[in-house]
Amino acid sequence: MVFFPHRHLIGIKGLSQQDIGYLLDKADEAVKISRQREKKTSTLRGLTQINLFFEASTRTQSSFELAGKRLGADVMNMSVGNSSVKKGETLIDTAMTLNAMHPDVLVVRHSSAGAAALLAQKVSCSVINAGDGAHEHPTQALLDALTIRRAKGKLARIIVAICGDVLHSRVARSNILLLNAMGARVRVVGPATLLPAGIADMSVEVYHSMEEGLKDADVVMMLRLQRERMSGSFVPSVREYFHYYGLDAEKLKYAKEDALVMHPGPMNRGVEIASEIADGPQSVIEQQVEMGVAVRMAVMEALLLSQNNGERA
Amino acid sequence: MSTTTVLKNARIIDPSRNLDEVGTIVIENGRIAAAGAAAQNQGVPEGATVRDCSGLVAVPGLVDARVYVGEPGAEHRETIASASRAAAAGGVTSFIMMPDTDPVIDDIALVEFVLRTARDKAVVNVYPAAALTKGLAGEEMTEFGLLMESGAVAFTNGRKSVHDTLVLRRAMTYAREFGAVIALESRDKYLGANGVMNEGLFASWLGLSGVPKEAEIIPLERDLRIAALTRAKYHAAKISVPESAEAIRTARRRGADVTCGISINHLSLNENDIGEYRTFFKLSPPLRSEDDRSAMVDALADGTIDIIVSSHDPQDVDTKRLPFADAEDGAVGLETMLAAALRLHHNGRVPLARLISAMSTRPAEIFGLDAGTLKPGAKADITLIDLDEPWLVAKEQLLSRSKNTPFDDARFSGRAVATYVAGKQVFGV
Repeated sequence: MVFFPHRHLIGIKGLSQQDIGYLLDKADEAVKISRQREKKTSTLRGLTQINLFFEASTRTQSSFELAGKRLGADVMNMSVGNSSVKKGETLIDTAMTLNAMHPDVLVVRHSSAGAAALLAQKVSCSVINAGDGAHEHPTQALLDALTIRRAKGKLARIIVAICGDVLHSRVARSNILLLNAMGARVRVVGPATLLPAGIADMSVEVYHSMEEGLKDADVVMMLRLQRERMSGSFVPSVREYFHYYGLDAEKLKYAKEDALVMHPGPMNRGVEIASEIADGPQSVIEQQVEMGVAVRMAVMEALLLSQNNGERA
Repeated sequence: MSTTTVLKNARIIDPSRNLDEVGTIVIENGRIAAAGAAAQNQGVPEGATVRDCSGLVAVPGLVDARVYVGEPGAEHRETIASASRAAAAGGVTSFIMMPDTDPVIDDIALVEFVLRTARDKAVVNVYPAAALTKGLAGEEMTEFGLLMESGAVAFTNGRKSVHDTLVLRRAMTYAREFGAVIALESRDKYLGANGVMNEGLFASWLGLSGVPKEAEIIPLERDLRIAALTRAKYHAAKISVPESAEAIRTARRRGADVTCGISINHLSLNENDIGEYRTFFKLSPPLRSEDDRSAMVDALADGTIDIIVSSHDPQDVDTKRLPFADAEDGAVGLETMLAAALRLHHNGRVPLARLISAMSTRPAEIFGLDAGTLKPGAKADITLIDLDEPWLVAKEQLLSRSKNTPFDDARFSGRAVATYVAGKQVFGV
């Protein structure tokens, strides 16, 4: 049995090429399970998974929920609104309360970078980061990689253009780390106000024009632009943003003919991506959702089984 | 009963007299009677307490010009008494206490409260700094004259810049007539306002918003212009980047009466120490790059930076055990400032006498304190240092009520082994 030497999945940082390959292989198997009529296995029977979401996210939460259920775990969802209590206090207090209930895995989403790592120090079970501020969203990068690998057959030397609001994007950070670890070539494309400081040193090629950035790309990965950042603070207007950075048929032509179009969702149609492209033949946005469940099954299985030296808990 | 203490065979470093020689210090009735080689082997009065200080360095007690205390208002973090014990353990015999307490020290009754509490409970000298503006709101100036008469030694706006240039100009103009020192931190109200660490690659990977250097440099350059305009005594309390040191040099060339300080953290640590969101390294200004740190060490050695402060800022679990962006800034430092500074001596970057001056003689001069010298007649505030004593910091052993030290588990060479305030030993190992 292959050993997955991690107790938590806080980020792609810290994973080796072998670790990532192992998870993707496992996820390929999980895809088969999800496509069967009988989708429930007993891999994690008797184990408890708690989804602790401090930030609302229907998609990610249901994806994790389904993944846990298909592995036979008992799944509980906790949505903690950002109430009057200060965020961090809620984080530690809630985590300690949940910890006392002996969960085996805690899936956490929080608006602050580092929240998942902090929680991992305090609880005695495995922690999976389902997104922490602008830091990382590792399962998203894994599902993106799985989608690409299944479509292109490999990740090495694939040219991936990540476009849009890289500054605030945990998806972009995790993807940059993962794609580089797997030998892909990563580009980022966006207005300078939406790229983080030091981006040129993050092992990516930086472009400010879609025409240059998408040239010969195998994958065009669009990022969501938050509504509050659209009008004046980071870019002047939705109209101008779409004009220069929105993915439409004309801009997609710059990429390879068989380039994949990806988006982590939820999409702002007409802001970062035109509807015809999102629903078009090159779009793999729905496959990404399917791969999401598979990747999360693989991650949970790897974390929970490796803790018991391959023996079922 | 005799009140004479004799410290003999010490290497005496007294920057106020450019003195570095093996000699004897004679303390009589809380004051220095003699200190230097000339006092060696002069015999001792009958009944005097004699201490052989062979192998030790005796320096004027350290003066820490920027210390945050939780009293009044947050005594669970630190009281004046607990801060004073921490100070004594770090060889600090005088400190200036910041006014951003609850309530803010912007009124003579509160200055008197601090002095009274210090007199009754503190083991070292505590000097209050008063708020430059009422409630630190940056709008209305406080009663500089009356506050100074009641004992305030400087005026500061705490952790905030004064954003309104007109308020600042009038405050500096008015303060000049009283000879008051205005000690300000500089942080732009907008640029980097949401930042939580140094802007750059490292912050970008962590997904944390950055504070660019310009957020410090711009308000500093502005303040320095106003200082030149008003001819006030301006002290840049905590600079962190070489561009700020250059701004100070430029202002001095223009003839402005300006001085500056740096926290020991910014001479010892850099942004990489934050690692995986370690909130004990979340400071204001933020820890900068290694190149910046190293350049600041040079600026200290060449005298551009006048003084080193601990920027002692006690925070507890409630304010530190949080996601990085939500945690408070600040680190305790009274007990580790000297040891961390000695690293700069051991690695040959800054001469020992310069370090002692930056932590004693210079701050005493800038803020007009009766401290920082061993000349005959001075108050006998003395720190005895073993330059090489190995020491492992364990945060549980700190005397401060708060344990938020960035030097937990640090290995130091050298520390204070005895601290005297007005001739009385207040700390010893």
